[in-house]
Amino acid sequence: MRKSTGSMKARVFQFKRYSVHDGPGIRTTVFLKGCPLSCHWCHNPEGILSVPQMVFMASRCIGCGNCASVCPSGAIDPKDPSRICMERCDLCGICVEGCPAAAREIAGMDATPTEVMDLVERDIPFYGTSGGGVTFSGGEPLLQADFLEEILVECRDRGIHTAVDTSCCAPEEVFMRVSRLADLMLCDIKLVDDGEMLHYTGGDASRVLDNIRLLAGSGSAFILRMPVIPGITDTERNLQLVAEFLLGLPLMPDLQLLPYHSSWRDKYSRLGLPPPEGPDPDEGLGIIRALDFLREAGVLTARGN
Amino acid sequence: MPMSDRVKRLRDESIETSAFISPERAVLVTDFYRKPCARDLPPPLARAKVFHHLLDSRFLYIGDHELIVGEKGICPKSVPTYPELCCHSMADLELLDTRKKIPYRVSRETMEVFRDRIIPFWKGISMRDRIFEGMSSEWLECYGAGVFTEFMEQRSPGHTVLGGSIYSMGMEDIRRSIARAMEEAGGDRKRRLQLTAMDMCAESLMLFAERYSLKALQLSHSEPDPARRLELLQISSVCSRVPRNAPSTFREAVQYYWFVHLGVTTELNPWDSFSPGKLDQHLLPFYLRDLQKGILTPETARELLQCLWIKFNNQPAPPKVGVTAMESSTYTDFAQINTGGLAPDGSSGVSELSYLIVDVAQEMRLLQPSLSVQIGEATEPAFLDRALEMVKAGFGQPSIFNADMILKELLNQGKSLSDALLGGSSGCVEVGVFGMENYNLSGYFNLVKILEITLDSGRDPSTGRMLGKPTADPVGFASVDGLLKAFEEQVRHFADIKMKGNDYIENLYAAEMPAPFLSLLIEDCIDRGLDYHQGGARYNTTYIQFVGLGTLLDSISAVEHHVFAPGGTMTMKQLLESISCDFRGREATRQMLWNRTPRYGNDDPGVDRFIRPVQDICLAAVDGRPNGRGGEYHINFLPTTVHVYFGSVTGATPDGRRAGRPLSEGISPVQGTDRNGPTAVLLSASRLDHSRTGGTLLNQKFLPGMLETDEERSKLAALIRTYFRLGGHHVQLNVVDRETLLAAQNAPEDYGSLIVRVAGYSDYFCDLTRELQDEIMRRTAHGG
Repeated sequence: MRKSTGSMKARVFQFKRYSVHDGPGIRTTVFLKGCPLSCHWCHNPEGILSVPQMVFMASRCIGCGNCASVCPSGAIDPKDPSRICMERCDLCGICVEGCPAAAREIAGMDATPTEVMDLVERDIPFYGTSGGGVTFSGGEPLLQADFLEEILVECRDRGIHTAVDTSCCAPEEVFMRVSRLADLMLCDIKLVDDGEMLHYTGGDASRVLDNIRLLAGSGSAFILRMPVIPGITDTERNLQLVAEFLLGLPLMPDLQLLPYHSSWRDKYSRLGLPPPEGPDPDEGLGIIRALDFLREAGVLTARGN
Repeated sequence: MPMSDRVKRLRDESIETSAFISPERAVLVTDFYRKPCARDLPPPLARAKVFHHLLDSRFLYIGDHELIVGEKGICPKSVPTYPELCCHSMADLELLDTRKKIPYRVSRETMEVFRDRIIPFWKGISMRDRIFEGMSSEWLECYGAGVFTEFMEQRSPGHTVLGGSIYSMGMEDIRRSIARAMEEAGGDRKRRLQLTAMDMCAESLMLFAERYSLKALQLSHSEPDPARRLELLQISSVCSRVPRNAPSTFREAVQYYWFVHLGVTTELNPWDSFSPGKLDQHLLPFYLRDLQKGILTPETARELLQCLWIKFNNQPAPPKVGVTAMESSTYTDFAQINTGGLAPDGSSGVSELSYLIVDVAQEMRLLQPSLSVQIGEATEPAFLDRALEMVKAGFGQPSIFNADMILKELLNQGKSLSDALLGGSSGCVEVGVFGMENYNLSGYFNLVKILEITLDSGRDPSTGRMLGKPTADPVGFASVDGLLKAFEEQVRHFADIKMKGNDYIENLYAAEMPAPFLSLLIEDCIDRGLDYHQGGARYNTTYIQFVGLGTLLDSISAVEHHVFAPGGTMTMKQLLESISCDFRGREATRQMLWNRTPRYGNDDPGVDRFIRPVQDICLAAVDGRPNGRGGEYHINFLPTTVHVYFGSVTGATPDGRRAGRPLSEGISPVQGTDRNGPTAVLLSASRLDHSRTGGTLLNQKFLPGMLETDEERSKLAALIRTYFRLGGHHVQLNVVDRETLLAAQNAPEDYGSLIVRVAGYSDYFCDLTRELQDEIMRRTAHGG
């Protein structure tokens, strides 16, 4: 048994307690920062880059100018605190501490396994009653595989159920190592066609499919999940390819379709980024017809959340 | 299941009729007391005779289609007043008639009756006038400043719940018990007097029912519709059997309860009306027997329960005025019906009737009565799931209680196990042993105002008057402990004043305004030959309701974090200056305090470590101290709507709350400051020792999407079960989205039926004051 050394730090951008849509029971989801993909519809843009980022919530700002006056590098425009000169900013966090209105945050803090466990363990009474546990999500948690392995072992030692929510865009060896330690893998399957996958996510579809295929043959518990992105993942062509892929597996897994939420654009402006165009909500089959389509094709599928 | 035409009509009538004042009771009571002989009667006899006079002379209402009969007024939504307790002035009546929220219509004729006949007689001698006259100047000053409120200033000591006695005893049986007690009393004249009064009341209720029986019979003679004629004959037959005899059928049991309810609420206007308690358990034997005999079907039982529900809804609360209207501004009179819970042997009390009652409450979707589900370890999961399905319907019912914790609370108060197993919750969240306890709610206690006074060394900053004890200047405090110590002294000081006032009022009621009818129903009043108001009940509790826990904890946390802790952001002097000027010109400071203070409800040890010390301060000042009826004082944490009123009289607080804004409610976190989700709220809330309270109230708001699917509901059920395992007393869930509330605020007429959970009860959203609407919207909603 490996003991937690506390040396392997994770970069986390959010903890979410009473997480009820990422695995069984009541869970705490730990969002790890950094992702190899950059999906057009990404809901967690603060999870994409591995480095910490300044977040500014304009609606909270009272215009007191405190941030500008405490900034040691003069990176904040006193007249317009939303403007930060990123070349000067070294993310020291002094402005975050100095903002009375809590309009600033740094997305991405470094946490030791002990620190993460301390938070995860707080809701143990709720895991016990509900059959829940902890889910590691992101970003892409497999980018921090060393930390992940360490903490999965730690959770196993303490009897906490673990799930890993992954895009499956990871080297096979890493993917399988983690899957052996997690109690449940929540695997995204987005697009099957290599070109489309590359275009919409920047990822490698074959790698995803290879990993899922391996996982399906390994005996590990996993759930496949597909976000229904209008006009992108819910096209007949993609659904057909997904169905063919699933039917080709030795044991067909269940597939959950996750509905599309359009309330994510605000997050981009908080990061000072222009929001991507995003999908056109009127395109594609939509979740209900997508479910029908897949069922007709012989896939076991249900609506997730 | 669709409602029958009958139920639909009765329900529509109940909803569509506006509340209005009926002078009938006031006139009858006044006429009685006007007689010269009435003045010389000893109070128990006078009250028994008033009761008789009322039930003998009152107009009898039997509405078309009704199966269960009897109204408190002359028809649905007609509201009697109690001038011997609180005589409404012309200005009060004017206000009731014209106020925008919770109006009670008062006709010209009624106004004249009050002006000419009621007010001149009662002015200066009503209980309310005598209470205010007899109170000490310090009590009056504190009351005026909003340090506490007083429930009994215009309503009689109330808050009790019926046990199972009436289901096995008719009034004739009860009279036989009285006769036995009379024998035992021998030459004890005081006891004999009480028992005589009780006996007269038992007779009066029978008379009332017999008058109904006769009236139904008479109506049947002129009824053209043969089906209705038969129904009237059935009503007549039921009313001729109960309450004289113990009920023999389900229908008789329901009608019997309703007569008793009317009796209690006609005799006096006890706070929180009156409740049937564990209705499912009481009615189950009748239900099963009647089903077996083939004289009842689940459908007819459902219809009878629906009729009972409508009866409750037909009785708006007695019209409150002044501070009491602000602390409890609602038509609901807090009848709470318990389902599930524990059976007398400690096993689960859930039966098929429990489910039927939940169905009825959900279908009726009425303001009153309020439904609670009592969940213990022994309760089957399906029952909690059924309750959550009802929660999803989104009108703030049922409230969910921890049956095991209620048992523990009652045991901690010194009740025997067999008695404690008969207990439950009533009103908002208060616990008592049904059928044998007089548990008085005596008023709210403004913890935050007391903190404000502590921070001004005993002065009320809004008037500059020395209201509290002189305590040290906070600027000299070396740590947060200094503040807590001074606060403790002030809490004790004000609690002493409050309790002295309570004792005065309770004694006044004991001497002048006994309740011989209620005494028939609550054990051991008959055996002891002692009135309910004199300590006749087996258990006699007085509760004080502490308000503003979240705001208080956050304020203490702010002092600790910003003044005393390393890296603090300001001196005590700066903090005090900021709150005394209500943060004018200091918005950055206010924001710093509001946003950068460890806040209760976030599972943050930085603030949660103050929970027990604060609770201990409340307990030390109140818990276990003797009241005037041979019982003890205990504490609970609930607000009704008083957190808005208390907020309005309380200045800015160290947690960054502006002057005049609402306080936190119950044991819920300050509105909108719980940012770590419901598990964190529940963990924080469970750090209070609920077992040493008589009830705590926790509101949680969820977006509808959190309990759509079976899976989501089962997770919510696990959330609640875990809170209960951690020792939580109660949780109530509001399921409504913010958009809906905003839309309702902007177009109230379109959302007239929108019911939301307020505190221990639900109310029409559009009937709430704007401040309270805003406050509810600020409460954090847990989403996905």
